[in-house]
This record gives sequence, structure tokens and C-alpha cells, in this order.
Amino acid sequence: MSSVIASSVEEHHPGPQTQERGQRAVFCGLTSIIWLHRRIQDAFFLVVGSRTCAHLIQSAAGVMIFAEPRFATAILSERDLAGMADCHEELDRVVGELISRRGGINRLFLVGSCPSEVIKLDLETAAAKLQVKHENRVRISAFSGSGIETTFTQGEDQCLKSTVAELPSLASGEQNLIVLGTVSDIVEDQFRRLFDDLGIGNVSFYPGRKAGDLPAVGKGTRVIAAQPFVGETARALIDRGADLISAPFPLGAEGSKSWFEAVASVYDVPQERVQQILELPYQRAKRALAPHRAKLEGKRVHFLPDSQLEIPMARFLSEECGLEVSEIGTPFHDQLIMQGELARLAKDVSIVEGQDLDPALARVRESRPDLTVCGMGIANALESEGLRTKWSIELVFSPVQGFDQAGDLAALFAKPLVRQDILEVGSWS
Amino acid sequence: MELTLWTYEGPPHVGAIRVAASMRDVHLMLHSPQGDTYADLLFTMIERDGKRPPVTYTTFQARDLGSSTAEMVLHSLREAAERFKPQVLMVADSCTAELIQDQPGALALGANLPVPVISLEMAAYTRKENWGAAETFYQLVRGLLSRQAPPPGSERPSRAADVRPSVNLLGPTKLGFRCRDDVVEIERLLMSMGVDVNVVAPLGASPRDLQLIPKADANVNLCPEVSDLTCSWLARTFGMPTITTIPMGWGATRDFITEVASVLGLDIDVGAVGASRLPWYSRSIDSTYLTGKRVFVFADGSHAVAAARVARDEMGFEVVGLGTYSRERARDVRAAAKEYGLEALITDNYLEVEARVQELQPEMVLGTQMERHIAKRLGIPCAVISTPAHVQDYPARYSPQMGFEGANVLFDTWVHPLIMGLEEHLLHMFRDDFEFNDSVGPSHLGSEGEGARSTGQSAGGQPDGDKTLVWAFDAEKELKKIPFFVRGKARRNTERFAEEQGLSTIEVDTLYDAKAHFSN
Repeated sequence: MSSVIASSVEEHHPGPQTQERGQRAVFCGLTSIIWLHRRIQDAFFLVVGSRTCAHLIQSAAGVMIFAEPRFATAILSERDLAGMADCHEELDRVVGELISRRGGINRLFLVGSCPSEVIKLDLETAAAKLQVKHENRVRISAFSGSGIETTFTQGEDQCLKSTVAELPSLASGEQNLIVLGTVSDIVEDQFRRLFDDLGIGNVSFYPGRKAGDLPAVGKGTRVIAAQPFVGETARALIDRGADLISAPFPLGAEGSKSWFEAVASVYDVPQERVQQILELPYQRAKRALAPHRAKLEGKRVHFLPDSQLEIPMARFLSEECGLEVSEIGTPFHDQLIMQGELARLAKDVSIVEGQDLDPALARVRESRPDLTVCGMGIANALESEGLRTKWSIELVFSPVQGFDQAGDLAALFAKPLVRQDILEVGSWS
Repeated sequence: MELTLWTYEGPPHVGAIRVAASMRDVHLMLHSPQGDTYADLLFTMIERDGKRPPVTYTTFQARDLGSSTAEMVLHSLREAAERFKPQVLMVADSCTAELIQDQPGALALGANLPVPVISLEMAAYTRKENWGAAETFYQLVRGLLSRQAPPPGSERPSRAADVRPSVNLLGPTKLGFRCRDDVVEIERLLMSMGVDVNVVAPLGASPRDLQLIPKADANVNLCPEVSDLTCSWLARTFGMPTITTIPMGWGATRDFITEVASVLGLDIDVGAVGASRLPWYSRSIDSTYLTGKRVFVFADGSHAVAAARVARDEMGFEVVGLGTYSRERARDVRAAAKEYGLEALITDNYLEVEARVQELQPEMVLGTQMERHIAKRLGIPCAVISTPAHVQDYPARYSPQMGFEGANVLFDTWVHPLIMGLEEHLLHMFRDDFEFNDSVGPSHLGSEGEGARSTGQSAGGQPDGDKTLVWAFDAEKELKKIPFFVRGKARRNTERFAEEQGLSTIEVDTLYDAKAHFSN
């Protein structure tokens, strides 16, 4: 662990302080298809749900123009609900149609939704049956992206978890490292170079760029999370013999340094070598952060729940950019995966798990933070009330991990404040 | 189960939200799972609203299903009534809530809320967004006005001589296609005819405004997808005449003026009301090359019919395909298609539309956001004329589709994606230029061009197993000399000709024989 933070047990954040229940303004897990379809280029996502599900995905992704869509919805009709049509036969037909239309897909995900779960349509069994039928052409599995079960990024967790059983077993005596959670291509490349320099070999990124990139897992496997929303997949990997490395997330100079140090220490890389290799990117990250820190220092930030990235982002902003955190809302607080973060969070920071939208907004209005990190259903409304916002989804859609993205990450938060200073049109207050 | 790559409409409750978000002083309580709040983004991001839509969602989760989700409904209703104090509270199910059958409407009626409640049945598994909007608007208007209704059979009093004639503009909503500016344009047009606008609804109206609807002399059914049901109820119940011409395009705007004048009994010279630049732009010689450009039109019912008329009668295009996803308007579209000698395509299946475009190989597609995907795949220029649309079709600038200014906008929008005349001529003459060639888009679009063009593919897409039609090497090479925007049609015609002649190989001469054969 980094020596930057002096950590005694009492100073550790105790974990969630309050839980809130009520109206939740968050995405369902289906939304994770928006980035997963780009990360895993030869995969296709077939949602089994209603027109609402289809509408959700196209409202989010349909602004891009697709010559070849990589996701679709099998819309349940009245006949399916009334039991007049056998859902499994119907699914069989739809999947057949899809596979014949799209030759290039190697992996088909059947994605469960609220309607399919409420009527208890067993997609896992369906996937297993369809797998037998299409054995030579495409791998098929199922996961839930429903709103009743999953919030936003949890969809990725479910997606990854659905393929854990397929991972080959690691030969005994071998070692490997799995970096868990989608990172952008450039971040993957940077991380690989640093692992190489540290002499850490046999590293797999999960999910990989192709559906067939499945890492082996077993006794010698170490897992480190690159994203905070992969808790269930991490547990599934632990069940298959892997060890989870606890670390803060690789956000900012300090976060990235600690993350690599945590891996290096597990691999017994000599301290001096670690410091020598990380020094250059660490100093570069610090330099990149400095101008943004100047704009952000002393400002107050408030997080509304969205992606589970809130706690690490709040840590980054307070530790590395000098912001004061007025509240961290998170949709779900996974203590296992968040261990490394809590150790570095000021213990008096208020963490709220869950949401009751209107009272939560009342707290924002009451405290009038300099920056509110929130979803796009809320952002423009707060802007028109004179509050600056950073729409949170961008944090999932941008390369933000690692040393060389530290400056970009800070810039994402600084930009709304800079914009406020630049614009002469209208008034924000 | 129906395989859907893209859906033309959202679920019906999104239609209900559109009506609620368009109005003032109403609130909608939607029984729905966590995640359905994505619909807020349609308004805050696509419409760029500076406030949240007036909707409270119950957002139940899996753990709530074990206990009483009905309790959540009651809690949300009371909170919404208390916090937002609307004039009317509407209550509806989303698709998942429809399955668990908590009957939120009935719960609301029994909950002694301090506000009038209108309960909506949304039928999520059979109906869609526009139906949802139409039903919501109708239930609201009926709920608010039925007590004012005169006894059946009573005569509608005629307008007093000293009262200016007035109409209601019914149908415009948030997330409608250019409704914001269409309302302004049509209000301006009516104003210049000496006609007042009494109520615009749902857009901008409050429940109290809706109660004033019967004061007008007639209703303009501006967006029939939303307002048809309401207009016919008002006609039946209050004897209010409906003005049905959609004033989109130069000719239709003139027809609209004529219809308004005749319904209101006004003496108006159509030519004096206003003018558009479209007629002159379209007659000027620069537009001659537009003659006979083959266009495919697919949109909601009213925009499809209106666009086809503009395309043929005002732009000089040839309409080679016409269709709609609005089943409610299928009859109108079929009738219109007949006029163009076409069979209307009535479908909400994106793949069917794609197949038809591929088969017809038009030179331009006038469609929705979904047709842009098809046009990109096939390398065909495309302009958006209807919802579903995305954020770029909710522009900052004044961009009506209706009225005389709307006709100006249509002219510019539709000509823009086409290759300009000189470039088209030069591409016909010189094939191998390093800068101007098939593989780059029209040069006036800069990098906007869609890149590789594939219009030269066999019309059927996949080669048909039974057919043994082969293109000789020279013929294939000759075909490539035809510019991409007409190559698809040439290939299709040649193949059809060869089949009719019972040929198995297409030679260079076959290509030219076919050209001569179809030259009329």
C-alpha cells in the first residue's frame, strides 16, 4: 500500500452510513450493452423483454448510425404472456433468425429484463438448449440486465459472471493475473506495458476484445478489479480458486500507483524496482493533474448514485484534487470490492447507499455544492437552477484509468467549472 | 416474440409521459420498475428541457415484489400529490407493472387524494407510443370536458359577428417532430388570416386551458397521430368541426388556408396570405437535375403522406416507395400510395423496411432516424422527415416543417444530401479521379460522406439459390462505370431484363439492351 496515506484503523471510513429507499433515478443493467458491444466486438446482445427495453437501448445508442446493429430485442407479445405461444420455441425461432442474419457473431448473450423475470422465463436453460443446437457456430449464455435486479454497471457484472463457468482451468503450478472490468483499449495497452516492465506475465483483461478471449482461472489466479462494479464476478472467480487483490481503483496518480503496487507486492517484485518503474508515469500524472487541481481545489462536490464509481471518484477528487466531498451517493455498496478505497476515505464523509430522489435533490439544493455529479435525467434540471453538474455516465464511457489518464479524469470534472467562467451567454445563478 | 433491431415507437407509457411533459400543472404517477426513468432523458437530453418531466415513478425492485408493491403505489401517489400539487394527477402502469396487476388507477381513485385523478390503461404489449399519447390526451380532455357537454343533438351556436374566428391547434407534443416551430409557424399563418388561436394542446397547455377548448370555432388536427381521437370526440360531443389538412409543403399549406377559410366561413384570397421560396427554387434551372430522382418515403402516417406530395408535386422527384409504421393511419397511407401507383408498406418491422429499400434501390430515402441506419448500410443519401428522431433533429434554429417557412426548410433539407449537379455530371464522365470518385461522399458534405458505397450490390442482397444469373467480367466492369447513385437501379433493371429474356449470363450488350428497354 502506498505510503502517501497514513492509515490507522480509526481513520478508515466505516463503510455505509445511511441507506435510503424511495424513487431511484438510475439506469437498469441493460444499459451496459452500450459499451459492452464495443468492447467485445464479435458479441451480440439479444434482450428478451418489452418495447420499453428496446426503446431504452436505442434511445441511448441510436444517435450513432449503425450499418450493422450488435444488439436487438425479442419483444414479448400478448401471445407469449398468455401462454398461447411457447416462449422457448419462440426464442428458438428468433435466435435462429438472428444467427442466420449475422454471420460474424461468435457469442450471443440472452439478456433478461424486468418482464422476462417477472414472468419467470428461464433464459439460462434456454441458453443451454440453444447452445446445443448452434454448438459449432456461436457460444450462447444468459444474464440479467433487468431494472428490478441490476443498476446500470451491474449489468456488466452479470454479463461477465455468466461466462465464468466457461473459463478454462488454469494448469496447476501456473500463475496468471486477471484484470477485471471493462477498460478502454488504450488503457489496456498502457497497463500491459507496465506489467511487462514489472516482470508480471500472463495477464488477461476480462472482458477481452474478442468473445473468445477467455482467461484461465484456478489456484494460481490473482484477480484485480479495474472497475468497482464487478463484485459478483470477483466472487465467482474466487469460487474457482482465484485470489482477489485488494487495492484502490486505478484512478489518478495515487490510485494508479497504489493499484500497481498492490499487484507488484503480491508478485514479490522488489520495492526499488517497483518505485523505479512507476516513478516516471507517476510524476507525469502529477504534472498533468496540477493545472486541473488549480481549478478544482477547495470546491465542494456532491455525488448522486449512478455507477458505483462514486466512492473511488470521490477519493480521487478529495485526495488528489483538493475538493471537499459533501455527500457520496452510491446505488450499491460492495464492501469486498471497496475495501481498498474505504481505507483512504476521510471517515466523516457521508455515504448514502440507495436513493430517494426528491429528498436527495432537496439536500443538493440545500447545500448548493460547486459541482454535482449526477445522471442525465437530472443534470439539465440542476443547471437551470444555477448549479454546475458533471453528468456521471461519461465516467463510464471515457478512458479514465491509469497514470496517463489522470489529467483527463480531472479535466472531466474541471470542464463544467471552466465552462462557467468562459461563457458569457445567459446567467447560471 | 418479435425480433426487433430498432423500434419505430416506444411503449405507450412514453406517449403518456409526452403528454404530461408537454403540459403544465399535470403530474403523472407511473408504476414501473427501477430503470424506467431512462424516459426522463428523452426530455432532458433530446428535447433539452431545463426541468425534469412531471413524472413520479414507483421504481420497484426485485425485493419489493415479495412485499406489497401496491403500498409503493399509494405512497408515491400521496407524495406526488403533496409535493407537486398538480391540477390533475394521471396514473398509469408501465409494461412490467402491467404484469403484476396492482391496478394503480383503482388504488388512486380509492385513495382520497386531494386532486382529480385520471386513470390510464396503457396496454403495453399490444399498443405503442403514439397510441399512448393519443389515449392520454383523449382521456384528459374527456375527463375535463364531459361535464360541459351540451345535450346530444343540440345545435352549436354560431359565432357572433363581433367575435374574431378562432381555432384550437391540437396534437403538438414534446418529442413530436418539430412541433415547437410548427406551432409558431401555423399560429403566424392563422394570425395573418385574421384567425385567433384559442388553445394549443397538449404543448404548453394546463388542464384549465383544456377546459377552454369548446370556445373555439374549430379544431385543427395538426398531429393526427396524437389528436385524431380527441378531435373526433370533440366533433361528436360539442359539434366542433375538424380541420384535417396537414399544412406541410407549399400546396398543402394553401389547401389548409382554403379549408380553414371554408370551415370558418371566411372570404380569403389564398395567394395573399403568404408565400414560400420553394416554388421558385424548385422551378429554377439549378433544380432541373432533381427531376425523376427516385425517392423512398417512410415515416409516421401524416408526415409520410405529406412528404410524398411534396416530393412528387413540388420537388419533381419520383416516389418509388411509400410506407408508414403507424397502423392507425394505414388507410390514409394506402390511399395516398395508390395515387402514386404504389403498394403502401405498412410495417413496424425495421428489417422489412430495409429489404424494401434494398429492393427498390432509390437515390434518396426520406425517413426516420431508423432509415438513416439503412441508408448508411446501403450508401444512399437520406433526410429525416419524422419521428423517431434524435437530438440533432431538435435544433436550436427555427426549423418548422409546416407552413410556408416549413416548405423552405424542406427544400434545403432534402436537397442537401444529394450530390450537386455539376459534380454529378463530372462523375458520369470521369470515373477514376483521385479526389472525386465513388468511394468518397459528395464533396459539399466534406467528411460527412458515408464512405464506401455499396449500392452496386445485387438487388436481392443474398444470391438466390435457384437463379444462375452470372455477370460476365466485362459487363461487371461496365456496370462500375455507372455512378454509384444510379448503379443499384441499373443492376436491378439489367438482372430483371435478363431474367425476362431467359438469359443466364449478362454481357455488356445485355446491360445496354436493358438500358434501352427501360429508357421510357
